[in-house]
Amino acid sequence: MGGTPAGPVPRDDHDFALWEKRVDALMVLCGGKGLFTVDGLRRALEDMGEDAFETMSYYERWIAAINQNLLESGTYSIEELGARMDEIARRGPSYGEAQDG
Amino acid sequence: MAERVRVKAMMPPGHVRTPAYLRGKQGVIERALGPFRNPEQLAYGLPAEEKPLYRVRFTMGEVWGDQAECPTDTLDAEIYDHWLERL
Amino acid sequence: MPHDHLSPSGHPYRKDDDHPLTYWQTMEIAVRELLVEKQILTPSEITEQIDTMDARSPANGAAVVARAWVDPDFKARLLQDASAASREMGFDLGPLHLIAVENTKEIHNLIVCTLCSCYPRNLLGLPPDWYKTRAYRSRAVREPRKVLEEFGLTLPKETQIRVHDSTADMRYIVLPARPDGTEGLTEDALAALVTRDSMIGTGLPRQP
Repeated sequence: MGGTPAGPVPRDDHDFALWEKRVDALMVLCGGKGLFTVDGLRRALEDMGEDAFETMSYYERWIAAINQNLLESGTYSIEELGARMDEIARRGPSYGEAQDG
Repeated sequence: MAERVRVKAMMPPGHVRTPAYLRGKQGVIERALGPFRNPEQLAYGLPAEEKPLYRVRFTMGEVWGDQAECPTDTLDAEIYDHWLERL
Repeated sequence: MPHDHLSPSGHPYRKDDDHPLTYWQTMEIAVRELLVEKQILTPSEITEQIDTMDARSPANGAAVVARAWVDPDFKARLLQDASAASREMGFDLGPLHLIAVENTKEIHNLIVCTLCSCYPRNLLGLPPDWYKTRAYRSRAVREPRKVLEEFGLTLPKETQIRVHDSTADMRYIVLPARPDGTEGLTEDALAALVTRDSMIGTGLPRQP
């Protein structure tokens, strides 16, 4: 996107939520264990298209890219992911309540 | 005398680390950085060859032409050897 | 509990634990649990990685800058190989390849990553939100002077701007010029003048 016309640089900042820090940690740890490369993540991010940049937050895009790479490497299956997400969504209405146990 | 190079103007699909705004632009090698694994293979989980990586310095006048804010300001970017043509 | 409360650093919290669970948060939990069950990661590894990242902050870079201001030999080593020089001070950079670029009276450096959000995170911690925005990434390479003005930094025409686009494997830190009138200050006092933005190039060090 270098050189594309754009408006003022928004200067608001935020502290990272726990789930965002966890996404960051998953990225570093899985990368370190060779499950994917940072280039694999970037490729998945680019493949999401321009729309994702407008509609998803930074760490939403990153967890989507991590998941895409882990599916591609066979770390877990789509079926396993789908079943687990379904189960988690039924645990409770908030992030805190949806943790295991 | 710094070595002059031009960034290849090709526009293949897929993940590359050569910014589109520098394609076809001429610059000078600022320094050699050594070999790094080719991101165009790493991005697809392929075994990756090592490619020499360079820092290339461009003038803003070269990159943006008449639109440059200040033509003598410069821009440095890291470009892999296989994207560079020697002039 | 109101959601507009501020964190200790004064920034608003975002989507916290008591907000409705989102699809992407659900995915994060699922991915993490599957990785733990398959014995690829342990919960303590994840916690420790978060702690490691939380411990990295611009203060690390400020210490490196202050050392370079007081020790010419260290400064030479920093400009030669910034990773090695930073490790020499005890900072764990992991695999980071760091290049330091020096601001002088004639040259002002500015760091950006137009392709994603590359940042010397293993030294300075996570990047500020603005560094990752489309606006900054698009404009820093094309109209750096206008961007710097928005950040409150108007540079004389004679100052040459060098923008560095972190396109590949290197990460960059600006070594800002030491402010005038700081001759008597200790290394710690100098480090306190070094802001995060001054190491990205969107700011200058504080005046004593």
